[in-house]
Amino acid sequence: MTIEFETPKPIANMRYMLQTVAENMMRPISREMDENEHEIPYGYIEFMHTAMKSTGAGSLAPQEKKEKKEENPGKPKHPPIAYQSLASMLEMLAWGDVGMYLITPGGGLGAAAVQAAGSPEQKAKFLERFDGEKPTFAAMCMTEPQAGSDTSAIRATAVLDKETNEWILNGEKIFVTAGHKSFVPDEQFGAGFLVVWATIDPTAGRGGMRAFVVETGTAGVAVTKLEHKLGIRVSDTAAIVLQDARVPFDALLGSPTVEKTTTGFKGAMATFDATRPLVAATGVGVARAALEEVKKMLSEQGVTIRYGLPRQKLTAIERDVIDMEIMLKSAWLMVLKAVWMADNQKPNALESSMSKVRSGDIVAKVTQKAVEIMGPLGYSREFLLEKWFRDAKITDIYEGTGQINRLVVARQILGYSGAELR
Amino acid sequence: MYSFEPNEEQQMLIDAVRRYAKGDLRPAGHEAEESKSLPKKLVNKGWELGVLQASIPEAYGGFGERSAVTGALAAEEMAWGDLAGSLAVITPGLFAMPILLAGSEEQKQEWIPTVIEADWPKYTAALIEPFFDFDPNDLKTTATVEGDDFALNGVKMMVPFAAEAEAMIIYASLNGLTKGFIVPKSSAGLSVSEPEKFMSLNALPLYRVTLENVKVPQSHILDGDFAPILASMRVANAALAIGVANGALEYARDYAKERQAFGVKIAQKQAIAFMLAEMATEIEAIRLLNWEAAWMLDAGKEEAVIQAYLAATGAADMVMMVTDRAVQILGGYGYIRDYPVEMWMRNGRGFASFTGLAIV
Repeated sequence: MTIEFETPKPIANMRYMLQTVAENMMRPISREMDENEHEIPYGYIEFMHTAMKSTGAGSLAPQEKKEKKEENPGKPKHPPIAYQSLASMLEMLAWGDVGMYLITPGGGLGAAAVQAAGSPEQKAKFLERFDGEKPTFAAMCMTEPQAGSDTSAIRATAVLDKETNEWILNGEKIFVTAGHKSFVPDEQFGAGFLVVWATIDPTAGRGGMRAFVVETGTAGVAVTKLEHKLGIRVSDTAAIVLQDARVPFDALLGSPTVEKTTTGFKGAMATFDATRPLVAATGVGVARAALEEVKKMLSEQGVTIRYGLPRQKLTAIERDVIDMEIMLKSAWLMVLKAVWMADNQKPNALESSMSKVRSGDIVAKVTQKAVEIMGPLGYSREFLLEKWFRDAKITDIYEGTGQINRLVVARQILGYSGAELR
Repeated sequence: MYSFEPNEEQQMLIDAVRRYAKGDLRPAGHEAEESKSLPKKLVNKGWELGVLQASIPEAYGGFGERSAVTGALAAEEMAWGDLAGSLAVITPGLFAMPILLAGSEEQKQEWIPTVIEADWPKYTAALIEPFFDFDPNDLKTTATVEGDDFALNGVKMMVPFAAEAEAMIIYASLNGLTKGFIVPKSSAGLSVSEPEKFMSLNALPLYRVTLENVKVPQSHILDGDFAPILASMRVANAALAIGVANGALEYARDYAKERQAFGVKIAQKQAIAFMLAEMATEIEAIRLLNWEAAWMLDAGKEEAVIQAYLAATGAADMVMMVTDRAVQILGGYGYIRDYPVEMWMRNGRGFASFTGLAIV
């Protein structure tokens, strides 16, 4: 091991390609999609699906297949970079438009849950579809109206019908990102799925929590609402009601027996360790977009940032921009470290949550400052700065709020359990 | 590749420095600050760890190669123990490292082995000037050509060990560019003040140095680029700030796990726990930024200059935030000099002005 920061060639190449996509497919319709909430950019989705298939860039979930290829004997073994690639990819897509990134076809958080908690057979069965002809989506259904950060308080239930060997799901799920595209049949999309978290034993608390794969169009499941939001408006945020919805026995990810342990819950939490730095990466992408735009607009108005001067000699704007740069660069490095650990199978709960805390903080600060620095132009819908400010805020909320992640970080550094630090 | 783990050699050095920081520096630091002096033995022992020697090639008497990353890792560990002690231990580097980076072959041969092979050699450097807008790239100290010599004029401050130094590097502006000049002690026109007094670093002797038409031969100019020297100073500064901050975080964390209030340990209160989480996050952020700057220096990348500037700037804010909170977490005890955190807070505020006190 060593300390090194050279971007691996495959990642550099991929980012170069994705920047073209961001500039040509995302930015030109960013504003229009923001103003017309819930409109679906089929062109972008189709393009991304085709592009990812043909380039082998893969879906937006780390690809196990690729890792298998690398295990071929005879070939020199490269260090694994699947999560590092993914984070770099998401950062660039979010730089283009974070709302549109959220509706990039592929497995998303749904597939990530299958990856984290599914058996090899389940992974094969549920994940294969993302390489199909049509763009396909999957979504994660965790949050309920009364249970957000406190995921152990979910009330959705799964009861086994022993006669048919099916699970019967009941409950209400909200804030399901890409929930509509993953569940409601659409001619232009392949059949996707939802991963629904429910309890198989309401008396068992976290120990009873399990994830179930619910296929597109399953009877008894309905999308009841699409939320109207502050930002990321192109991304569909769905409310989903499950009423006596039946899924086959092997739709359950993991073990069907309730033990005293909290394996099911830990499955969900392990998913978070993997996905939090990825969400953090998207925050960094938005922050970078805003900072680059501010620097560009400032330079058009005759201001260049004089790096290297003592602080006492800098203008207030230069100080702000330099601080934004420090925030941005350091947040990105924290993401990289967290995903590098994931790639190398090092436990990364601490680094993962740290990167999320940092990203949620800095993307808010950077985009706020960006709007402030550009004055009326920052506030104007003629430019994207105000949109990025609105888009930014969600980074500190979804996939664990900044506060939940602070709890995780604090427990880690204090060596405290959840009971010791509530 | 991206990679975030020190290599084996670096880890060995880290471990050795950590033992010294924990076993020697930390226990001595408080007393040294109060009594305003550092035990010689303590400094010698730190020097014998070979942090500087390990970054000098064999050709010049060392036993390694220069690595800003390795230097930064060592500085982080050492400053965890005590800042003033760390600065004393690495002061000779202020003289040797710029010669290695920007000196001629003859200068390297002439000076570096002398420094490296001695017991904690008395060599130093003078960069900082007594002005609010002191700018390493726009010095008020000047060098002008006078016949075969350079004539140096100006005032420097915060020069460590200036009174006892055999020779020092004095930075001056030559036609608008910052250059280092090797100035032996007892050069005519060079005068050293009584020790200066600061908010912190009482144990480290720092002096004001006045230059009145000090003549140095033309062969004494370090003609290489100043930018990598400055970047290496900034990386060192950031690394030391990270060390101080880590010390403060750990101390506050351990205190919070002991201190009882309202029936629980105060660390069990989110108000305290979140402060600690944010301190840890901030330290890690700047640490990685600084590692990248150091790596860029080692890889010879031009961006290193800006990156090191960002790291040092971020580090100055970070260490202030962390040490301030450490004092806050200890409450009234934090304000009492029997506890070390108030000293770390005084150390912390200094980092905005410390560029020039250390180099890796």
